Amino acid sequence: MTMRTPLKNVRRLGSAKEGANHFWQQRVTAVANIVLGLFLVWLIANMAGQEYETAKSWLANPLVAIALLLLVASGAFHMRLGMQVIIEDYISSESSKIVLLMLNTFFAIAVGLASVFAIFKINFGA
Amino acid sequence: MHNGETSQVQNARPLSPHLYVYKPEINMLMSIVHRATGAALYFGTIALVIWLIATASSEEQYQAVNSMFATLPGRLIVLGYTWALLHHMFGGIRHLIWDVGYAFNLSQINYLCWFTLIASLTCTVGIWVIASGYEGVF
Repeated sequence: MTMRTPLKNVRRLGSAKEGANHFWQQRVTAVANIVLGLFLVWLIANMAGQEYETAKSWLANPLVAIALLLLVASGAFHMRLGMQVIIEDYISSESSKIVLLMLNTFFAIAVGLASVFAIFKINFGA
Repeated sequence: MHNGETSQVQNARPLSPHLYVYKPEINMLMSIVHRATGAALYFGTIALVIWLIATASSEEQYQAVNSMFATLPGRLIVLGYTWALLHHMFGGIRHLIWDVGYAFNLSQINYLCWFTLIASLTCTVGIWVIASGYEGVF
């Protein structure tokens, strides 16, 4: 009779078999980001140095707003996966790695949600 | 989590030769730049979020952020951001081509890597030359 959980027996016995899902999600968002990234370059080039009313009316255009929302969703997801790989590659200390992976998730969600909120406020807000 | 004993054994392991022992090759450089531009875009989203929030807040906030981007460092950030975006996009397309099993000859690899660099630089310069041609832009 042992009080130990099965966790001890499987530690360091290989992967959690989740790598293919990471790979696939990375690729799906990558393909989406080709189109959405080109849209962002076009938007930035057109918005640089513009007046407030012009910028606001552009972002209030439903097509621009929808494309930007899609970009934020796909981009935040993609960049979280990418940074996760960078952290896992370079950080060997287990505790630092876990903290950084958490911060990575927080950052991606914060950036994504703040962008969505701003776009919503421009379109629906007072 | 490892206990102390395990990590000591790990620290004593010999390390494989790192990047500095290799002659720089274009595919290696483009691999490094792909990761670097990815990381730059990651933190560059902060600038994008600041711009969006300012636009959503008030005209004063928008003007403040806009004048920040109008300074030389601000312009370099925007220019660098668009280049990083385009470079990461072309590099990503290169990786997608490899993912489906094409272009694995050394000459094709080198061609694709040079294409990534030249295309991203050309497109960045082209876009900003066109954008600066319009009144009030950049």
